[in-house]
Amino acid sequence: MASFNKDSLGNTIFVAVAVCLVCSVFVAMANVTLKPTHALNKELDQKENILRAAGLLPPGSDVAADGRGIQEIFQDFTVKAVNLDTGEYLDDFDMRGYDAVRMSKSPDNSRALSEDEDTVTIRRRENIGLVYLKEGADGTLEKLVIPVRGYGLWGTLFGYLAIDSDLTTVSGLGFYEHKETPGLGGEVDNPIWKDKWHGVQLFNDSGAPAVKLVKTRSPADSPAAVYEVDALSGATFTTRGVQNLVNFWTGELGYGPLINRLKTPS
Amino acid sequence: MSATPTAKEVLVEPLINNNPITLQVLGICSALAVSISMSKTLVMCAAVIFVTGMSNWAVSLIRNYIPLSIRIIVQMVVIASLVIVVDQVLKAVAYDISKSLSVFVGLIITNCIVMGRAEAFAMSNPPWISFLDGVGTAMGYSLLLIAVALIREPLGAGTLMGYPILPVVANGGWYVPNGMLLLSPSAFFIIAGIIWAVRSWKKNQVEAPTYQIAANIQYKGAM
Repeated sequence: MASFNKDSLGNTIFVAVAVCLVCSVFVAMANVTLKPTHALNKELDQKENILRAAGLLPPGSDVAADGRGIQEIFQDFTVKAVNLDTGEYLDDFDMRGYDAVRMSKSPDNSRALSEDEDTVTIRRRENIGLVYLKEGADGTLEKLVIPVRGYGLWGTLFGYLAIDSDLTTVSGLGFYEHKETPGLGGEVDNPIWKDKWHGVQLFNDSGAPAVKLVKTRSPADSPAAVYEVDALSGATFTTRGVQNLVNFWTGELGYGPLINRLKTPS
Repeated sequence: MSATPTAKEVLVEPLINNNPITLQVLGICSALAVSISMSKTLVMCAAVIFVTGMSNWAVSLIRNYIPLSIRIIVQMVVIASLVIVVDQVLKAVAYDISKSLSVFVGLIITNCIVMGRAEAFAMSNPPWISFLDGVGTAMGYSLLLIAVALIREPLGAGTLMGYPILPVVANGGWYVPNGMLLLSPSAFFIIAGIIWAVRSWKKNQVEAPTYQIAANIQYKGAM
Protein backbone atom coordinates (compact mmCIF):
# COMPACT_ATOMS: atom_id res chain seq x y z
CA MET A 1 0.00 0.00 0.00
CA ALA A 2 1.31 3.38 -0.96
CA SER A 3 2.06 5.51 2.04
CA PHE A 4 -0.80 7.84 2.99
CA ASN A 5 -0.12 11.44 2.03
CA LYS A 6 -2.39 13.76 4.01
CA ASP A 7 -1.34 16.78 1.99
CA SER A 8 -2.35 15.37 -1.38
CA LEU A 9 -4.95 17.26 -3.38
CA GLY A 10 -7.37 14.35 -3.11
CA ASN A 11 -7.12 14.16 0.64
CA THR A 12 -7.43 17.92 1.01
CA ILE A 13 -10.70 17.93 -0.87
CA PHE A 14 -11.91 14.80 0.91
CA VAL A 15 -11.20 16.20 4.38
CA ALA A 16 -12.77 19.55 3.53
CA VAL A 17 -15.96 17.93 2.27
CA ALA A 18 -16.15 15.35 5.06
CA VAL A 19 -15.63 17.87 7.85
CA CYS A 20 -18.24 20.19 6.38
CA LEU A 21 -20.74 17.36 5.99
CA VAL A 22 -20.32 16.02 9.50
CA CYS A 23 -20.45 19.48 11.05
CA SER A 24 -23.50 20.55 9.08
CA VAL A 25 -25.34 17.43 10.19
CA PHE A 26 -24.64 18.32 13.83
CA VAL A 27 -25.67 21.93 13.43
CA ALA A 28 -28.81 21.03 11.50
CA MET A 29 -29.75 18.43 14.09
CA ALA A 30 -29.39 20.90 16.93
CA ASN A 31 -31.41 23.48 15.07
CA VAL A 32 -34.23 21.19 14.04
CA THR A 33 -34.67 19.50 17.40
CA LEU A 34 -34.58 22.77 19.35
CA LYS A 35 -36.65 24.91 16.99
CA PRO A 36 -40.00 24.39 18.75
CA THR A 37 -38.44 25.34 22.10
CA HIS A 38 -36.91 28.46 20.55
CA ALA A 39 -40.24 29.54 19.11
CA LEU A 40 -41.95 28.96 22.45
CA ASN A 41 -39.26 30.89 24.33
CA LYS A 42 -39.56 33.81 21.95
CA GLU A 43 -43.32 33.87 22.25
CA LEU A 44 -43.16 33.64 26.06
CA ASP A 45 -40.61 36.43 26.11
CA GLN A 46 -42.80 38.74 24.06
CA LYS A 47 -45.83 37.97 26.17
CA GLU A 48 -43.84 38.55 29.32
CA ASN A 49 -42.75 41.96 28.03
CA ILE A 50 -46.32 42.93 27.27
CA LEU A 51 -47.54 41.79 30.68
CA ARG A 52 -44.71 43.58 32.43
CA ALA A 53 -45.50 46.82 30.63
CA ALA A 54 -49.13 46.39 31.58
CA GLY A 55 -48.07 45.96 35.19
CA LEU A 56 -49.61 42.51 35.50
CA LEU A 57 -46.41 40.80 36.64
CA PRO A 58 -44.61 41.73 39.86
CA PRO A 59 -40.99 42.78 39.24
CA GLY A 60 -38.48 39.93 39.39
CA SER A 61 -41.08 37.21 39.09
CA ASP A 62 -42.77 35.55 36.16
CA VAL A 63 -45.80 34.50 38.11
CA ALA A 64 -48.61 36.93 38.91
CA ALA A 65 -49.76 37.65 42.44
CA ASP A 66 -52.60 35.17 42.01
CA GLY A 67 -50.20 32.41 40.99
CA ARG A 68 -51.07 32.37 37.29
CA GLY A 69 -48.27 31.93 34.78
CA ILE A 70 -47.56 34.05 31.73
CA GLN A 71 -49.50 31.92 29.27
CA GLU A 72 -52.57 31.91 31.52
CA ILE A 73 -52.64 35.65 32.12
CA PHE A 74 -52.10 36.27 28.46
CA GLN A 75 -55.27 34.40 27.62
CA ASP A 76 -57.15 37.50 28.79
CA PHE A 77 -55.57 39.44 25.96
CA THR A 78 -56.61 39.58 22.34
CA VAL A 79 -54.26 40.64 19.59
CA LYS A 80 -55.57 42.99 16.92
CA ALA A 81 -53.96 44.28 13.78
CA VAL A 82 -54.46 48.01 13.33
CA ASN A 83 -54.23 50.19 10.27
CA LEU A 84 -52.17 53.00 11.72
CA ASP A 85 -53.45 55.64 9.31
CA THR A 86 -57.12 55.12 9.98
CA GLY A 87 -57.04 53.44 13.37
CA GLU A 88 -59.36 50.69 12.08
CA TYR A 89 -58.91 47.06 13.09
CA LEU A 90 -58.06 44.68 10.27
CA ASP A 91 -60.07 41.64 11.22
CA ASP A 92 -58.94 39.24 8.52
CA PHE A 93 -55.25 40.10 8.79
CA ASP A 94 -52.94 37.14 9.20
CA MET A 95 -50.69 38.22 12.05
CA ARG A 96 -48.76 35.02 12.53
CA GLY A 97 -45.09 35.90 12.41
CA TYR A 98 -45.88 39.54 11.63
CA ASP A 99 -42.99 41.76 12.59
CA ALA A 100 -43.85 45.45 12.54
CA VAL A 101 -40.24 46.55 12.88
CA ARG A 102 -39.23 44.53 9.84
CA MET A 103 -42.23 45.80 7.90
CA SER A 104 -41.19 49.38 8.58
CA LYS A 105 -38.15 48.76 6.40
CA SER A 106 -40.16 47.70 3.39
CA PRO A 107 -41.35 50.64 1.25
CA ASP A 108 -44.59 48.86 0.32
CA ASN A 109 -45.66 48.34 3.91
CA SER A 110 -44.55 51.55 5.52
CA ARG A 111 -44.53 55.27 5.06
CA ALA A 112 -41.49 57.49 5.15
CA LEU A 113 -41.39 60.05 7.92
CA SER A 114 -40.28 63.58 7.19
CA GLU A 115 -37.63 65.08 9.38
CA ASP A 116 -40.19 67.06 11.39
CA GLU A 117 -42.43 64.06 11.90
CA ASP A 118 -39.66 61.69 12.83
CA THR A 119 -39.06 62.71 16.43
CA VAL A 120 -38.06 59.15 17.31
CA THR A 121 -35.50 58.63 14.52
CA ILE A 122 -37.01 55.52 12.98
CA ARG A 123 -37.14 56.95 9.43
CA ARG A 124 -40.09 54.80 8.31
CA ARG A 125 -43.23 53.75 10.10
CA GLU A 126 -45.08 50.52 9.35
CA ASN A 127 -48.64 50.75 8.03
CA ILE A 128 -49.98 47.99 10.23
CA GLY A 129 -49.26 47.49 13.91
CA LEU A 130 -50.32 44.92 16.45
CA VAL A 131 -52.00 45.99 19.69
CA TYR A 132 -52.99 43.89 22.68
CA LEU A 133 -56.36 44.36 24.31
CA LYS A 134 -57.50 43.16 27.68
CA GLU A 135 -61.25 43.03 27.78
CA GLY A 136 -63.53 42.44 30.72
CA ALA A 137 -66.17 39.75 30.77
CA ASP A 138 -68.74 42.15 29.26
CA GLY A 139 -66.44 43.15 26.40
CA THR A 140 -65.42 46.54 27.77
CA LEU A 141 -61.83 47.51 27.28
CA GLU A 142 -59.71 47.25 30.43
CA LYS A 143 -56.22 47.80 29.05
CA LEU A 144 -54.71 48.65 25.70
CA VAL A 145 -51.05 47.77 25.15
CA ILE A 146 -49.25 49.37 22.21
CA PRO A 147 -45.71 48.75 21.01
CA VAL A 148 -43.40 51.77 21.19
CA ARG A 149 -39.89 52.37 19.97
CA GLY A 150 -37.53 55.24 19.45
CA TYR A 151 -33.94 56.33 19.54
CA GLY A 152 -32.26 57.00 22.87
CA LEU A 153 -28.55 57.67 23.15
CA TRP A 154 -26.85 54.57 21.75
CA GLY A 155 -29.65 52.84 19.95
CA THR A 156 -33.34 52.25 19.60
CA LEU A 157 -35.38 51.44 22.68
CA PHE A 158 -38.13 48.87 22.14
CA GLY A 159 -40.97 48.57 24.59
CA TYR A 160 -44.67 48.49 25.30
CA LEU A 161 -46.95 51.15 26.70
CA ALA A 162 -50.04 50.01 28.55
CA ILE A 163 -52.99 52.39 28.73
CA ASP A 164 -55.94 52.14 31.09
CA SER A 165 -59.57 51.79 30.07
CA ASP A 166 -60.08 55.57 29.86
CA LEU A 167 -57.48 55.56 27.04
CA THR A 168 -55.73 58.54 28.63
CA THR A 169 -54.05 57.22 31.76
CA VAL A 170 -50.80 55.31 31.55
CA SER A 171 -50.91 51.96 33.24
CA GLY A 172 -47.28 51.06 32.61
CA LEU A 173 -44.28 51.44 30.35
CA GLY A 174 -41.53 48.90 29.92
CA PHE A 175 -38.65 48.31 27.54
CA TYR A 176 -37.50 44.89 26.48
CA GLU A 177 -34.54 45.91 24.39
CA HIS A 178 -32.24 48.91 24.55
CA LYS A 179 -28.57 49.79 24.45
CA GLU A 180 -28.51 52.63 26.97
CA THR A 181 -25.61 53.06 29.40
CA PRO A 182 -25.96 50.80 32.45
CA GLY A 183 -26.53 52.91 35.54
CA LEU A 184 -27.53 56.05 33.60
CA GLY A 185 -29.88 55.61 30.65
CA GLY A 186 -30.09 51.94 31.55
CA GLU A 187 -32.19 53.03 34.52
CA VAL A 188 -35.21 52.91 32.19
CA ASP A 189 -35.41 49.38 33.57
CA ASN A 190 -35.46 50.53 37.19
CA PRO A 191 -38.77 49.38 38.69
CA ILE A 192 -38.97 52.47 40.89
CA TRP A 193 -38.77 54.76 37.89
CA LYS A 194 -41.19 52.63 35.93
CA ASP A 195 -43.66 52.93 38.79
CA LYS A 196 -43.70 56.68 38.29
CA TRP A 197 -45.41 56.19 34.95
CA HIS A 198 -48.47 54.76 36.59
CA GLY A 199 -51.31 57.28 36.37
CA VAL A 200 -49.60 59.76 34.04
CA GLN A 201 -52.02 61.47 31.65
CA LEU A 202 -51.13 61.06 27.97
CA PHE A 203 -53.27 63.75 26.33
CA ASN A 204 -53.90 67.39 27.14
CA ASP A 205 -57.31 69.06 26.91
CA SER A 206 -57.09 69.45 23.16
CA GLY A 207 -56.27 65.75 22.78
CA ALA A 208 -52.62 66.12 21.77
CA PRO A 209 -49.92 63.93 23.35
CA ALA A 210 -48.47 65.92 26.22
CA VAL A 211 -46.18 63.68 28.28
CA LYS A 212 -43.12 65.52 29.57
CA LEU A 213 -40.05 64.20 31.35
CA VAL A 214 -38.90 66.97 33.64
CA LYS A 215 -36.03 67.81 35.93
CA THR A 216 -38.25 69.50 38.50
CA ARG A 217 -41.84 68.43 38.93
CA SER A 218 -44.54 71.09 38.93
CA PRO A 219 -46.39 71.40 42.24
CA ALA A 220 -48.75 68.48 42.64
CA ASP A 221 -51.86 70.65 42.37
CA SER A 222 -50.86 72.45 39.17
CA PRO A 223 -52.53 71.28 35.96
CA ALA A 224 -49.18 70.43 34.36
CA ALA A 225 -48.25 67.87 37.01
CA VAL A 226 -50.38 65.06 35.61
CA TYR A 227 -48.37 64.94 32.37
CA GLU A 228 -44.99 64.86 34.07
CA VAL A 229 -42.55 62.09 34.89
CA ASP A 230 -39.15 62.50 36.51
CA ALA A 231 -36.29 62.61 34.03
CA LEU A 232 -33.45 60.14 34.52
CA SER A 233 -30.46 61.90 36.01
CA GLY A 234 -27.36 61.78 33.88
CA ALA A 235 -29.31 60.52 30.90
CA THR A 236 -30.52 63.55 28.95
CA PHE A 237 -30.65 61.82 25.59
CA THR A 238 -32.35 58.71 26.87
CA THR A 239 -34.90 60.85 28.69
CA ARG A 240 -35.61 62.90 25.59
CA GLY A 241 -35.89 59.71 23.56
CA VAL A 242 -38.41 58.20 25.96
CA GLN A 243 -40.51 61.37 26.03
CA ASN A 244 -40.51 61.55 22.24
CA LEU A 245 -41.34 57.91 21.72
CA VAL A 246 -44.31 57.99 24.10
CA ASN A 247 -45.68 61.10 22.42
CA PHE A 248 -44.97 59.80 18.93
CA TRP A 249 -46.70 56.46 19.33
CA THR A 250 -49.74 57.93 21.09
CA GLY A 251 -49.92 60.72 18.50
CA GLU A 252 -51.31 61.19 15.00
CA LEU A 253 -48.61 59.09 13.34
CA GLY A 254 -48.76 56.33 15.91
CA TYR A 255 -51.80 54.84 17.55
CA GLY A 256 -53.57 58.21 18.01
CA PRO A 257 -56.22 57.41 15.38
CA LEU A 258 -56.99 54.09 17.07
CA ILE A 259 -57.18 55.67 20.52
CA ASN A 260 -59.48 58.44 19.24
CA ARG A 261 -61.69 55.92 17.51
CA LEU A 262 -61.98 53.80 20.66
CA LYS A 263 -62.72 56.87 22.77
CA THR A 264 -65.73 57.90 20.72
CA PRO A 265 -68.40 55.25 21.18
CA SER A 266 -69.70 54.01 17.86
CA MET B 1 5.81 22.12 27.33
CA SER B 2 7.26 18.65 27.85
CA ALA B 3 6.95 15.95 25.20
CA THR B 4 4.16 14.00 26.90
CA PRO B 5 2.25 16.20 29.31
CA THR B 6 0.32 14.42 32.03
CA ALA B 7 -3.36 14.89 32.69
CA LYS B 8 -2.62 16.73 35.89
CA GLU B 9 -0.27 19.10 34.13
CA VAL B 10 -2.71 20.12 31.42
CA LEU B 11 -5.52 20.57 33.94
CA VAL B 12 -3.68 22.48 36.66
CA GLU B 13 -0.98 24.42 34.86
CA PRO B 14 -3.38 26.78 32.98
CA LEU B 15 -5.06 27.83 36.23
CA ILE B 16 -2.27 30.13 37.37
CA ASN B 17 1.13 29.19 35.98
CA ASN B 18 0.02 29.28 32.36
CA ASN B 19 -3.25 31.15 32.60
CA PRO B 20 -4.58 32.01 29.13
CA ILE B 21 -5.61 35.50 30.20
CA THR B 22 -2.92 36.60 32.63
CA LEU B 23 0.09 34.96 31.00
CA GLN B 24 -0.88 34.55 27.37
CA VAL B 25 -3.19 37.60 27.35
CA LEU B 26 -5.74 35.88 25.12
CA GLY B 27 -9.52 36.00 25.18
CA ILE B 28 -9.66 39.50 26.62
CA CYS B 29 -12.56 40.70 24.47
CA SER B 30 -15.13 38.32 25.85
CA ALA B 31 -13.68 38.71 29.35
CA LEU B 32 -14.49 42.42 29.22
CA ALA B 33 -17.98 41.93 27.95
CA VAL B 34 -19.42 39.12 30.04
CA SER B 35 -17.76 39.64 33.42
CA ILE B 36 -20.38 42.28 34.24
CA SER B 37 -22.51 39.79 36.17
CA MET B 38 -21.82 36.46 37.76
CA SER B 39 -24.64 34.53 36.13
CA LYS B 40 -23.57 35.64 32.65
CA THR B 41 -19.99 34.76 33.51
CA LEU B 42 -20.81 31.26 34.70
CA VAL B 43 -22.83 30.47 31.58
CA MET B 44 -20.10 31.87 29.35
CA CYS B 45 -17.45 29.85 31.20
CA ALA B 46 -19.44 26.64 30.87
CA ALA B 47 -19.84 27.32 27.16
CA VAL B 48 -16.14 27.99 26.67
CA ILE B 49 -15.12 24.90 28.67
CA PHE B 50 -17.39 22.74 26.56
CA VAL B 51 -16.31 24.25 23.26
CA THR B 52 -12.59 24.21 23.99
CA GLY B 53 -12.65 20.66 25.33
CA MET B 54 -14.75 19.25 22.51
CA SER B 55 -12.99 21.13 19.73
CA ASN B 56 -9.61 19.99 21.01
CA TRP B 57 -10.88 16.43 21.16
CA ALA B 58 -12.40 16.53 17.66
CA VAL B 59 -9.41 18.23 16.06
CA SER B 60 -7.02 15.80 17.75
CA LEU B 61 -9.12 12.86 16.56
CA ILE B 62 -8.59 13.78 12.92
CA ARG B 63 -5.18 15.42 13.34
CA ASN B 64 -3.42 12.83 11.20
CA TYR B 65 -5.77 13.45 8.28
CA ILE B 66 -5.93 17.26 8.30
CA PRO B 67 -3.91 18.61 5.38
CA LEU B 68 -1.56 21.36 6.49
CA SER B 69 -2.83 23.77 3.88
CA ILE B 70 -6.40 23.86 5.23
CA ARG B 71 -5.82 23.05 8.88
CA ILE B 72 -6.94 26.44 10.22
CA ILE B 73 -10.15 26.29 8.21
CA VAL B 74 -10.87 22.77 9.42
CA GLN B 75 -10.33 23.89 13.02
CA MET B 76 -12.63 26.86 12.46
CA VAL B 77 -15.38 24.67 11.01
CA VAL B 78 -15.21 22.33 13.99
CA ILE B 79 -15.19 25.20 16.49
CA ALA B 80 -17.93 27.13 14.71
CA SER B 81 -20.20 24.09 14.62
CA LEU B 82 -19.73 23.48 18.33
CA VAL B 83 -20.42 27.11 19.13
CA ILE B 84 -23.60 27.14 17.06
CA VAL B 85 -24.80 24.02 18.86
CA VAL B 86 -24.04 25.64 22.23
CA ASP B 87 -25.85 28.80 21.17
CA GLN B 88 -28.90 26.83 20.08
CA VAL B 89 -28.97 24.87 23.33
CA LEU B 90 -28.65 28.06 25.39
CA LYS B 91 -31.49 29.68 23.47
CA ALA B 92 -33.64 26.67 24.31
CA VAL B 93 -32.82 26.17 27.98
CA ALA B 94 -31.68 29.57 29.26
CA TYR B 95 -33.38 32.07 27.00
CA ASP B 96 -32.95 35.12 29.24
CA ILE B 97 -29.24 34.59 29.73
CA SER B 98 -28.62 33.80 26.11
CA LYS B 99 -30.42 37.02 25.22
CA SER B 100 -28.20 39.05 27.51
CA LEU B 101 -25.05 37.28 26.30
CA SER B 102 -26.25 38.11 22.78
CA VAL B 103 -23.37 37.99 20.36
CA PHE B 104 -20.74 36.88 22.83
CA VAL B 105 -21.67 33.22 22.64
CA GLY B 106 -21.29 33.42 18.88
CA LEU B 107 -18.00 35.20 19.34
CA ILE B 108 -16.53 32.18 21.14
CA ILE B 109 -15.75 31.12 17.56
CA THR B 110 -13.17 33.86 17.33
CA ASN B 111 -11.95 33.44 20.91
CA CYS B 112 -8.22 33.16 20.49
CA ILE B 113 -7.99 30.62 23.31
CA VAL B 114 -10.09 28.01 21.52
CA MET B 115 -8.21 28.17 18.26
CA GLY B 116 -4.91 28.62 20.01
CA ARG B 117 -5.33 25.34 21.85
CA ALA B 118 -6.52 23.50 18.74
CA GLU B 119 -3.52 24.68 16.77
CA ALA B 120 -0.89 24.51 19.51
CA PHE B 121 -1.92 21.38 21.36
CA ALA B 122 -4.58 19.26 19.72
CA MET B 123 -2.82 19.10 16.35
CA SER B 124 0.09 17.24 17.93
CA ASN B 125 -1.39 15.27 20.85
CA PRO B 126 -3.78 12.33 21.28
CA PRO B 127 -7.52 13.03 21.79
CA TRP B 128 -8.01 12.40 25.52
CA ILE B 129 -5.12 14.54 26.70
CA SER B 130 -6.16 17.22 24.19
CA PHE B 131 -9.65 17.20 25.63
CA LEU B 132 -8.23 17.65 29.12
CA ASP B 133 -5.97 20.41 27.88
CA GLY B 134 -8.94 22.24 26.40
CA VAL B 135 -10.90 21.88 29.62
CA GLY B 136 -7.93 22.98 31.72
CA THR B 137 -7.23 26.04 29.60
CA ALA B 138 -10.87 27.05 29.59
CA MET B 139 -10.93 26.61 33.36
CA GLY B 140 -8.01 29.00 33.64
CA TYR B 141 -10.03 31.47 31.58
CA SER B 142 -13.08 30.82 33.77
CA LEU B 143 -11.14 31.30 36.99
CA LEU B 144 -10.08 34.76 35.93
CA LEU B 145 -13.49 35.72 34.61
CA ILE B 146 -15.13 34.65 37.86
CA ALA B 147 -12.59 36.68 39.83
CA VAL B 148 -13.35 39.75 37.71
CA ALA B 149 -17.11 39.25 37.97
CA LEU B 150 -16.75 38.85 41.73
CA ILE B 151 -15.40 42.40 41.84
CA ARG B 152 -17.53 43.98 39.13
CA GLU B 153 -21.02 42.82 39.98
CA PRO B 154 -21.11 43.62 43.73
CA LEU B 155 -19.34 46.97 43.39
CA GLY B 156 -21.04 47.95 40.15
CA ALA B 157 -24.61 46.89 40.82
CA GLY B 158 -24.65 45.89 44.49
CA THR B 159 -25.75 42.36 43.63
CA LEU B 160 -24.24 38.91 43.19
CA MET B 161 -25.98 36.41 40.92
CA GLY B 162 -28.77 39.00 40.86
CA TYR B 163 -29.29 38.88 44.64
CA PRO B 164 -28.68 42.17 46.42
CA ILE B 165 -25.69 42.05 48.77
CA LEU B 166 -24.89 45.75 49.04
CA PRO B 167 -28.11 47.75 49.45
CA VAL B 168 -27.91 50.47 46.80
CA VAL B 169 -29.11 54.02 47.29
CA ALA B 170 -31.67 53.75 44.49
CA ASN B 171 -33.47 51.08 46.52
CA GLY B 172 -33.15 52.92 49.82
CA GLY B 173 -29.80 51.48 50.95
CA TRP B 174 -26.48 53.17 51.62
CA TYR B 175 -24.23 51.95 48.79
CA VAL B 176 -23.64 54.25 45.82
CA PRO B 177 -22.84 51.87 42.94
CA ASN B 178 -19.74 52.58 40.94
CA GLY B 179 -21.13 52.88 37.45
CA MET B 180 -17.73 52.55 35.85
CA LEU B 181 -17.57 48.91 36.92
CA LEU B 182 -20.57 48.22 34.70
CA LEU B 183 -18.67 49.42 31.67
CA SER B 184 -16.11 47.33 29.83
CA PRO B 185 -13.00 49.41 30.59
CA SER B 186 -13.24 48.57 34.29
CA ALA B 187 -12.53 44.92 33.46
CA PHE B 188 -9.36 46.09 31.78
CA PHE B 189 -8.18 47.71 34.99
CA ILE B 190 -9.10 44.70 37.09
CA ILE B 191 -7.42 42.26 34.72
CA ALA B 192 -4.35 44.46 34.58
CA GLY B 193 -4.29 44.54 38.39
CA ILE B 194 -4.55 40.76 38.55
CA ILE B 195 -1.77 40.33 35.99
CA TRP B 196 0.41 42.67 38.04
CA ALA B 197 -0.34 40.78 41.24
CA VAL B 198 0.32 37.36 39.68
CA ARG B 199 3.57 38.48 38.10
CA SER B 200 4.79 40.01 41.34
CA TRP B 201 4.11 36.69 43.02
CA LYS B 202 5.49 34.47 40.27
CA LYS B 203 8.44 36.37 38.93
CA ASN B 204 9.14 33.86 36.18
CA GLN B 205 6.01 35.10 34.34
CA VAL B 206 7.58 38.48 33.76
CA GLU B 207 8.49 38.62 30.09
CA ALA B 208 11.94 39.70 29.06
CA PRO B 209 11.74 42.93 27.09
CA THR B 210 11.73 42.12 23.40
CA TYR B 211 13.20 45.42 22.30
CA GLN B 212 15.45 48.07 23.71
CA ILE B 213 14.27 51.65 23.90
CA ALA B 214 16.95 53.94 22.52
CA ALA B 215 18.31 56.49 24.94
CA ASN B 216 16.80 59.97 24.81
CA ILE B 217 18.37 62.14 22.19
CA GLN B 218 19.56 65.67 22.69
CA TYR B 219 17.36 68.29 21.10
CA LYS B 220 19.93 68.68 18.35
CA GLY B 221 19.53 65.03 17.52
CA ALA B 222 15.92 65.57 16.44
CA MET B 223 17.12 67.00 13.18
